[in-house]
Order: sequence, then structure tokens, then C-alpha cells
Amino acid sequence: MQKQVSQGETAVGGPQPTVTPLLQVRDVTLQYKTKQHLVTATYKVSFDVFQSDRFVLLGPSGCGKSTLLKSIGGYMAPTEGTISLKGKVVKKPGPDRVFVFQEFDQLLPWKTVKQNVLFALQASGKARGKEAADRALNYIDKVNLTKFADSYPHTLSGGMKQRVAIARAMAMEPDVLLMDEPFAALDALTRRKMQDELLQLWSDTRFTVLFVTHSIPEATLIGNRILLLSPHPGQVKAELNSDGSDPVGADGKKLSDRIHDMLFAEAVEQADAAPPR
Amino acid sequence: MTETITSPSVSRVPPQRTEYVRDTVASRNFGVVEKPLTAWERLYNKGWLRKSFIILVISIAWETYARFLDNALLVPTLTDTLTALWGGLYGGEILNKALNSVRLLFQGYAAGLFLAMVFTALAMMSQLGNDLLETLTAMFNPLPAIALLPLSLIWFGLGDKSIIFVLVHSVLWAVALNTHSGFKSVSNTLRMVGRNYGLGGLGYVLRILIPAAFPSILTGLKIGWAFAWRTLIAAELVFGATSGKGGLGWYIYENKNLLDIPAVFAGLLTVILIGLAVENLVFRNIEAATVRKWGMQN
Repeated sequence: MQKQVSQGETAVGGPQPTVTPLLQVRDVTLQYKTKQHLVTATYKVSFDVFQSDRFVLLGPSGCGKSTLLKSIGGYMAPTEGTISLKGKVVKKPGPDRVFVFQEFDQLLPWKTVKQNVLFALQASGKARGKEAADRALNYIDKVNLTKFADSYPHTLSGGMKQRVAIARAMAMEPDVLLMDEPFAALDALTRRKMQDELLQLWSDTRFTVLFVTHSIPEATLIGNRILLLSPHPGQVKAELNSDGSDPVGADGKKLSDRIHDMLFAEAVEQADAAPPR
Repeated sequence: MTETITSPSVSRVPPQRTEYVRDTVASRNFGVVEKPLTAWERLYNKGWLRKSFIILVISIAWETYARFLDNALLVPTLTDTLTALWGGLYGGEILNKALNSVRLLFQGYAAGLFLAMVFTALAMMSQLGNDLLETLTAMFNPLPAIALLPLSLIWFGLGDKSIIFVLVHSVLWAVALNTHSGFKSVSNTLRMVGRNYGLGGLGYVLRILIPAAFPSILTGLKIGWAFAWRTLIAAELVFGATSGKGGLGWYIYENKNLLDIPAVFAGLLTVILIGLAVENLVFRNIEAATVRKWGMQN
């Protein structure tokens, strides 16, 4: 279980934190049915997320990271294992875990930017009236969209739509933000800018975020803790620390190169294992 | 001399150019940037003007042909038709008949919409309701409403009720089918967003499903309206007046018997005008205020 200690982290791998984790994922196996198959998305995945973590789930496509996030969101019950938030087992979707999706169509097209944020606050009963309006405008301002508060989503660019989605999620002040590759559909320049903005927002409000990505540079930039998942089905391969600077580890390799090697090694193993059959 | 043409190794190297960096002008210093439209373009851009022009051309064609044919029993002139229409409106006869028709229409339309809502709600709530709606629409949607009129007359007798029954049948299936398929095609992301913020049951239907499916719902409402209007006029033609009142269809039928063809045309024109008015005033405004404003339809 303590395999990550041998990955060149002997210096920091000592004491485990004594505070209780915010989100606990224990031995979670996820399966879903397609027409022909029963697909196992993840197998016995465990990890802890603490207050104010920027926790990244990283892995190649098909490692079940999005499915895992959906399950934490409460949209899908695990086949075995438990997911608990603040000690309570997650059973259904709720406003204490707010999603930011990859798709641009997550905004309600029939509501303006401001109404979209307000809708979230009112539908969940988090805030009403003047208080809700103030809070909505405050978070819209945080993502620099005050000028567009009365615009409809279809008039905004992709990056702006994602910023609205982030503002809407943050206005809820949830226990944990669940971000499912929120910048994957953006162009490279916008993505870079959004990553910086997200870090800026984090240092302002110190929210807890669980961030799914398949990009190694994005993972090392955004995360302070990175969970590496292997593909088909997803299993925990490593849990690494990151400070955003892609530091050179004790073995003389950059963090991103180490992650790359670990993911790459998996592919070679599979190729070696294939011929006998 | 040939050097410049026949040395491919040299010509494949792109020329060296110097780099340059320059300052851009701030957009506030641009002044006014626009390309003025010509007077013709500005006129052409007005939808009502284009459509008025088309109607004008059709009117002239009608008038010319009718004068050329010179047989008021086959095709009366536009002026005769308009005179008949004016007479009918002024005397109150067309107006009364039209009001009768519209009143019946609204009763049938409203009842049809209500039933469509009930069926769609059932279909959204359970698989059995879903199957029920699918089976019923498959059975009854292709059945022309007017074919039920004889049966309706036997069941409900001569009166408004039998017409309303037929109207309900013409509205219900079209609206239910469209609404249901609209609900089913709401994107999964939007559904998840709704549930994420704690919506369920009626709140979920009202605040997520209905607005998200609104383009389909609106199409259903339009088709239902057109079906109802057609069915009503047809029913009145077949079935005539009820207790001396009667609607536009009856007006047309009556005047055909009297060989007052301009009045027949006036009746038809009224049917068309009411249809156009509802399409352009009611549905167009609903569209502009909803699906087009939301960018769900262009």
C-alpha cells in the first residue's frame, strides 16, 4: 500500500496527516452495463481528499476517472466500496458536491449568466432574494464576467462559458468542487489562461477541488496531490505531490517525466503480456 | 542566365526575412468602423417588406387571371372577393362565424393540450406510461381526425361536443409525440446539472425539462394548432351548422349552395388570414421571446 514511498519520496513520505479527510473513497469498484458487456471502470480504488486540496485524478482515457467522479457526484452507485463526504455516505446527487462538466452545454440556455448562477443558488435553497443576487454577482466578478452578466450563454465564447460554469459552482460554496476535464474542449491558449485563473481563484478562496484530467502538464500545474490511475480497469498506481513547478525529484527526473514513464511502462507491460494468448 | 530557374536546391530554401514587432492601435482609438448599407440593401433586409411584395405579386396575378377568365363562378376577381369579404365583415356575418369557429377551436385545443400534458407526464414517470404513449400515438396519430366524425356524431349528438371530441383527437397525439420526444432528447449534461442542484420531481420537469425541450414543444403546439384548424373547418363543412350558429366552414358550404362564389372565396380568405395571424403574431412572438433569444434555434 505504501508503494509511493519507494518512488523517491522517502524524504517526505513519513508522517501521515492527523486531520480527518473531507472525502474518503474506500475500495470503490465501479461497473456499468453496455448493450453487450458489463464493463469494470475502476477496481478497488481508495484515496482521501483533505480540506483545500487540489486533488487531481490523472490517467489515460479509459481508466475510469470520469466514471469515478460521477460516482462521487452521486450519479452512480459503486458495485462495492464506499464513498463518504464528511463521514456521510454519498447516495445521490446534491449541492454539497458541485460539478463543472467538460461540455459547454452545461449552462441553461434559457437563462442569462446571472440567472444561471442565481438558478443554482435558488434551486438548491442555498440563498434567496438579495443575498442570492449579491453572491451571484460577486462570483461573476471573480471570474471577470461582470460585463456579461446579462448575456445569454450562446453569445459567449467557450472559455467564457466555462468561467460561468465555474462561477456557478463556486457560488454554491460546496464542500468539494468536482471538475471533469473542464478545460479539455478549449483551445491551448485559453486553456492555459483558465488554469492560471483557477489557481488564482483557489488562492483567494481556498476551495477543495477534485480535478479530472488526462493531461500530465495540466495535472502537475493544477494539483497539489496527484492520483495516478492505470487503464482498463482503473486502479491506483501512485499518489504524488506537486507544487506546480514540475520539480526535479531525488532520482534526477522531472515530476512530469516520472508520471509519463509510469503511464508509458503500463503500455509496455501490456504489449509484453499480450503474445502468449 | 539559366541559374535562376534551374537550381532547385536553392529555390527550395525560403527567403530570409527580417523580424518585426509593431504597436497596435487601441480599439478605443479606432473611431467608427462600419460599412454603410445602400438604401436597396436596407429595404431588402426588412422581412415584412419582402413578404408584402410576394403577396402583392400574387394579388396582381390573381386579379389579372380572373379578369382574363371572366367567369365569376370559377374564379372571382380579387376585388369581388374583397368586396364580399368587406360585406361579410361589415354585416357581421363572417365575423360571427369566425368567432364561433375560433371559440370551438380554443376549447378543443386547450382540452387537447391538457390531455397531451397528462400523457407525457405519465410517459416520463414510468416505463409503462412510456409504452402506453408510444402505442397510442402509433395507433391514433395516422388516423385522420375527420374519420372519427361519424362516430363522434353518434356518441355526442349534433353539437359542439362532437366537434370538440374530434379536435382533441387531432391535437392530442401530435403535441404529445413532440413533447415526449423533446423531453427524451434533453442533453444528459443538463439533466445532471438539474439534479446536481437538488432538483427533483415537478421542479425538475418545470425548471429543466420543459425549457430544455421547448423547441420540440413549440413545434408540437404549432402542428397541433394547424391540425385543429384544418379539422375544424372540415368538420363544419361535413356537418354543417349546430343549432343555427355554425362557423366558417358552414359559411363556405352555404354560399357554395347559393352559388355566391366570391363569398366562398371570402370565407377561404378568412381561414387563411386567421391562420397567418396566429402564426405571425402568436407563435412568432413566442419563438422570438424564447428559443431564439436563448440561441436554441436560429
